[in-house]
Amino acid sequence: MSIQTVYDAVLEFNNSSIVAEIKRAMAEGADAGAVLADGLIKAMDEVGQRYARGEFFVPEMLSAARTMKTGLDYLKPHLAEAQSEKEGTIVIGTVKGDLHDIGKNLVAIMLEGGGFEVVDIGVDAETAKFVTAIQEQNADIVCLSALLTTTMGAMQKSVQEIKTQCPRVWVMVGGAPVTQEFADKIGANGYSGDAAGAVVKARELLAG
Amino acid sequence: MIIVGELINASRKPIAEAIRNQDSEYVKKIAREESEAGAGYIDVNAGIFVGQETEYVKWLITNIQSVVDTPCSIDSPDPQVITAALSVHRGTAMINSISLEKERYDRLMPVIAHTDLKVIALCMSDDGMPETADDRLRNADKLVTGLTRNGIPVGNIFIDPLVQPVATNTTYAVEFLDAVERIMTGYPGIHTICGLSNVSYGLPVRKFINHIFAVLAIGKGLDALIVNPLDAMMNASLTTAETLTGRDDFCADYLQAYRKGKFEFLN
Repeated sequence: MSIQTVYDAVLEFNNSSIVAEIKRAMAEGADAGAVLADGLIKAMDEVGQRYARGEFFVPEMLSAARTMKTGLDYLKPHLAEAQSEKEGTIVIGTVKGDLHDIGKNLVAIMLEGGGFEVVDIGVDAETAKFVTAIQEQNADIVCLSALLTTTMGAMQKSVQEIKTQCPRVWVMVGGAPVTQEFADKIGANGYSGDAAGAVVKARELLAG
Repeated sequence: MIIVGELINASRKPIAEAIRNQDSEYVKKIAREESEAGAGYIDVNAGIFVGQETEYVKWLITNIQSVVDTPCSIDSPDPQVITAALSVHRGTAMINSISLEKERYDRLMPVIAHTDLKVIALCMSDDGMPETADDRLRNADKLVTGLTRNGIPVGNIFIDPLVQPVATNTTYAVEFLDAVERIMTGYPGIHTICGLSNVSYGLPVRKFINHIFAVLAIGKGLDALIVNPLDAMMNASLTTAETLTGRDDFCADYLQAYRKGKFEFLN
């Protein structure tokens, strides 16, 4: 199966062959939308699951994501309007006072890999910056990250303010000191302990 | 090698429990173990207890220093916590830590200016974490200039160049190592320090990476570490690394470690 080789290329981190595999699949008659869904996105889901099971590690997740992105960039012009419709739009950032971005970046990469439109507003983000981005992008979900125990208070404040100003948006939180218990306490809709889980959680929220 | 023992940190579950239950015996036991294992400073962190951090840090220091003479490393960005901690601390404490983040810098500097405190200074600013060795050098230079201008002698400054996970960018470890070398040669008498857990994030067998990283950093001149002083393999590695980098006259420390059975974990 030709789409299978696209899927395999992502799981083998084969950044140099992914475009050739996509070209071959399409020459054999595969639809661009199917290559995206059953090749690229499905492969990234598998990457996420292997990561969650401890079989894949962070550099492999990044390498797979790069391969996926190379494929996606090639595929984009071939996708019909309806096919390129995203799963949803997500605004992501690290809360005020916190300059750490590694965890947040991993989550953003995996969400993109999962087919979401991701708008990254960076680190040390004021609540107003989250709210503006949510409104401008008409976002479905907002993800807030905190790495420090000292910025969990800022996370709580931002979440409460966002819930008031953007009642329609789903709020997800994460970061080293953040727990499900804390997420519940501050009124977040979703929490994940790792980047792969964040993709699953985001889909759950949008599925209702 | 100057060891800052990292165990008395409330983000570790047993310590959080001990604080909640006011179990002073557990804290004293860990303090004794860290001190006996060679910790030059005992790090004290109660940061997860928002609102009660001051009270708990004072409680920890009082208990620790009731059983050991080892000074503490007061691990908080909050000048009020640090001032309160210093009011009960005996000896010369270490402050963990100042950085170039403007609010933290401006509020902490008056507390430490013109004292004989040891100061850990993180190479980060409001612009974020440093990526390259050049970023780290620029930040280190600003920190050294600011601290010495405020009466902190260079010998009391411990620069933490800050290491980021090699899993997310393979240049991160080498940029850190280059920075250590350039800081140690550029500011004679200064110290460099770091923690070890960040570098290995996202990879398996993290402990092994942390070990090798520590050894490589010592090779570049790093002379202080925030670690678990009870880790036998780490201690053996640190002693041996110092011997191999010409900091152990007649291999005396190495041989003493041998006679004290510090390599017996290999058997």
